[in-house]
Amino acid sequence: MTPTAPILKVECLTKNYRTAAGPLTVLREVSFDLAAGASLAIVGPSGSGKTTLLGLCAGLDRASGGTVTLAGSELGALNEDGRAQVRNAHVGFVFQNFQLIPTLTALENVLVPLELRGAGGAAVEAEAAALLGRVGLGARCDHYPVQLSGGEQQRVALARAFMNRPKILFCDEPTGNLDGDTAAAMVELIFGLNREKGTTLVLVTHDLELAKKCGRILRLRNGAVVSDETLAAS
Amino acid sequence: MSFILKMAWRDSRASRRRLLLYSLSVVLGIAALVAIGSFTVNLKQAIDDQAKGLLGADLVVTSRSAFSEAVLAYMAELGGERSRTREFSSMLVFPTAHDATRLVQVRAVEANFPFYGKFETAPLGAAAELQAGRPVVVLEETLLTQFGVKVGDEVKLGQATFTIAGTILKVPGESAAIATFAPRAYVPLGWLTATGLMNRESITQHRVMLKLPEGQDAEAVERAMKTKFAAERLSFSTVAERKRNLGAALTNIEGFLNLVGFVALFLGAIGVASAIHVYVRQKIATVAVLRCLGASAAQSFSVYVVQGITLGIFGAVLGAALGITLQLLLPVVLQGVLPFDVNFFIAWPAVGRGVGAGLVICFLFTLLPLLAVRRVSPLVALRSAFIERTGAATDPWRLILGALILAAVTGFAYWQTRSWRIGLGFTGMLVVGFGVLAGLAQLVAWAARRFVPRSLPYVVRQGIANLHRPNNRTVLLLLSLGLGTFLILTLYLTRTTLLNQVDLAGEGARPNLLFFDIQDDQIEPFKKIAAELDAPVMQSAPIVTMKIAALKGRPVDEIMREREAARSTAGTLESDAEKTPERRPAAAPRGGPNGRGGPRLSGGMLGREYRSTYRAELSGTERIVAGKFAGQVPPGAALVPISVEESFLKSLQLALGDEIEWDVQGVPVRTQITSVRAVEWRRLESNFFVVFPTGAIEAAPQTFVAALRTKSPAASAQTQRALVAAFPNISAIDLALILQALDSIFSKVAFVIQFMALFTVFTGVIVLVGAVLNGRYQRIRETVLLRTLGATRRQLVQIQLVEYSILGVLAAVVGGGLSIAGNALLAHFVFKITPVAPPLLILGAVAAATAVTVVTGWVTGRGVTDYPPLEILRQET
Repeated sequence: MTPTAPILKVECLTKNYRTAAGPLTVLREVSFDLAAGASLAIVGPSGSGKTTLLGLCAGLDRASGGTVTLAGSELGALNEDGRAQVRNAHVGFVFQNFQLIPTLTALENVLVPLELRGAGGAAVEAEAAALLGRVGLGARCDHYPVQLSGGEQQRVALARAFMNRPKILFCDEPTGNLDGDTAAAMVELIFGLNREKGTTLVLVTHDLELAKKCGRILRLRNGAVVSDETLAAS
Repeated sequence: MSFILKMAWRDSRASRRRLLLYSLSVVLGIAALVAIGSFTVNLKQAIDDQAKGLLGADLVVTSRSAFSEAVLAYMAELGGERSRTREFSSMLVFPTAHDATRLVQVRAVEANFPFYGKFETAPLGAAAELQAGRPVVVLEETLLTQFGVKVGDEVKLGQATFTIAGTILKVPGESAAIATFAPRAYVPLGWLTATGLMNRESITQHRVMLKLPEGQDAEAVERAMKTKFAAERLSFSTVAERKRNLGAALTNIEGFLNLVGFVALFLGAIGVASAIHVYVRQKIATVAVLRCLGASAAQSFSVYVVQGITLGIFGAVLGAALGITLQLLLPVVLQGVLPFDVNFFIAWPAVGRGVGAGLVICFLFTLLPLLAVRRVSPLVALRSAFIERTGAATDPWRLILGALILAAVTGFAYWQTRSWRIGLGFTGMLVVGFGVLAGLAQLVAWAARRFVPRSLPYVVRQGIANLHRPNNRTVLLLLSLGLGTFLILTLYLTRTTLLNQVDLAGEGARPNLLFFDIQDDQIEPFKKIAAELDAPVMQSAPIVTMKIAALKGRPVDEIMREREAARSTAGTLESDAEKTPERRPAAAPRGGPNGRGGPRLSGGMLGREYRSTYRAELSGTERIVAGKFAGQVPPGAALVPISVEESFLKSLQLALGDEIEWDVQGVPVRTQITSVRAVEWRRLESNFFVVFPTGAIEAAPQTFVAALRTKSPAASAQTQRALVAAFPNISAIDLALILQALDSIFSKVAFVIQFMALFTVFTGVIVLVGAVLNGRYQRIRETVLLRTLGATRRQLVQIQLVEYSILGVLAAVVGGGLSIAGNALLAHFVFKITPVAPPLLILGAVAAATAVTVVTGWVTGRGVTDYPPLEILRQET
């Protein structure tokens, strides 16, 4: 897909935390923008601010300075519920530790984003079941997270992330808790679905091989962007 | 909405059993409110249904002296029917039990007694024999058991012999509790002359029961008679008045019991809040994911509010069901106290009120921990370190909810008692009580962190560390167990303190047997026989009966007439307090005895008959608090100096120096108050409101009261037997019987209160089980890690036992300490006696509370060590 208008625009983004030892700056004036359908990997050593940047881009927290514009909405101007609506409408998530709701079955976990909008019924359930089928878990719809392996749980999380047809998918170390083979299969699924659905992808990872699968790599160190590299399509 | 309900249902899957367990915490509190509320409606209905039976007549007129011809003629003119009774205390002799004696309340009744309701006896025919006027007596069942006599045996009352026809089952308008101090003995009025007790000087109630003609208003008759016969000092009872009194008493008792039940509900609600707090902490990750997926703060909050409301409704429904079941038990608990039959029915409005109160309290307490859900950041899904940011110490809604809870508690207490003072006092007491317990718990947790020697074995240190570590149960358990121990132990200590006081009164050289109604010519032979029985008379006092004729120069009849006129003008019904104004606060301003403008005078104190004495010195049970005691006056003094008891002075709004004119059996005697005495009424000795000096009223007709001491119960029985045989008209009060009666009264009251306190204790146990289970969920990972690292099951159990033993001991010690303080305050401020705290009783209570904690903790936490570590470790990945 050819990148067009930016779906994510980050300008001079700064994040400070107050600590007992004084203020701690986690992000310093980070700026970049990302066109719809593009893929971006955020890499850097531990403590460089990757996850914080992902969280701010997805509207999970407020910035101390600068702006984030996601799918046309300036997140800093919205309250928490406004940001939640943006997330529900445009964003999908995949977390390192899967973050499935333990009391819901695989199918129910996948249904949550649409049920939050008030959607439901047989058609939606069929869609969720189809997504689970797409990630290879069609036979495990009624299983609870505890009955699934780590790789299976992450696949359920991926199906859930695509359920609301997001414009942008945020992945935080999506293979961090998976073994090599499972991780490879997962990566295939993420990028496959990303292509199929035309979704923009923002990925935080330590894994440079995985990062290289994206169209662009943003390197962070001590909260600041040290390089912004565009790669040839892989 | 559909998402919220669906999510609430799905999310509860893994924790439904736990949530239901939490809801059990409020079940008993709600059950108590429902049972009491519904049963009170049953009682009120019974009062309405059996209104006339409550009195046995339309109007009952009572006098301390024989009715005048004018009064009798007036009552005859009213038409309808009349039935006379006389009531007094006397000794009943049991010839078949070796002439054993017992003080009884004699009720001499006429054939048509009662007009309404049924006099029930066993066998059935006994009442009929009595009403037929045969020489029979119907006795309290306890007398037959005590003296081993049976129906058909004979007993002697004064000089007459009666055959026992049967035992009393139920008398209209009388509760069995009336017989606590002296059992009742019903005899036909026609046989009273034969007893020789007709003209005795002891307190005799003359009573006429009236069945008025159709359409005649009993209260109108009462008003007319009060005005017409003000000088006769009659007292009246009507059905409406009895209903009002019973209704008011019932409302008071209901209010009190409901407040006790509410303590259980409050404790349960704290248990729920504490459990939900833990539950919410476990749900933070789920909430964060929901927020990431686009759920608003309100949506995710609502999911858990729905669960909280469902939990409350479940608890309320279960509580209502249990309450209705308990309602069936209450008549058994209150057996012997109720003066009427009660039909069981479920009073749905009362059930609704109990459930409503329970739901409101439960809901408010559930909301408190749930507020945290609103502040869960979606960032928690990325990093669990953000969990700490959900702390809601600065949330203004917490303050608002706290204020709402206080308002709800105060409102409930006001609703029950209709007094803002009590409502606020109850809330204050609850807040202070819980605050003290919670403060002590914090102190314990702090001490556990600060002062644990490193040399202690690991399991002990680990067990102690559990008292202060995050998510500890120290505050919750000390609150629930401490409060339960406090309530129950205070009851026992107060009971021991009261009984001990009476015991003390009989110790040493003090009298333990009191005889009264000894005639003037009997006192010397009485003393002689008593001395021969090795129970010499220690004190004796003459008693002269008299009435007040004028207060500060104004005739009492005039004052009473004015009072009646003022009442009629006001057009209001007299309050109950008016009839027993002695109970009014003594601090009322002095308005003089005119009944106008100032506070009204005590009608009872004005009209009653006084039994006064004369002597030259003070007795051992009294001391002068104002003025100077005059022990002697020259014969024929125009103004006799008298000494009065302090409450007498206050009730009649008099002061030192005021004049009282007495009607001493027809002879006017002018007196002046020259001293005021404080009297120790508890002692079993002869005490008097009014003491005359010698030289003033010796010539008046008089009887004597004599106090003596016997060395053993056997000697007491023998002395009573011998003296009553010699002087059939005299009566005796035995200290042992007083003790027995007090114990019986206290047992009945204590049983009802203990029954209610048990709700709190059981709620405490449920809260404890909930807390232990919560801890089990909280600490399961830690236990598993310890197991993985090689801890044996024995070590894990030991850690648990150390923790619960310490908590149990602390809760019991704190509760015990509070109960000692509570008992001391009650003894000091309410009973004005010295508190008693037997160490063995306290040690026993501490041991019992500790045992309950350890056993409950151990039983509930048993399975923790059985969890396969792999399962838990896998859940956490």
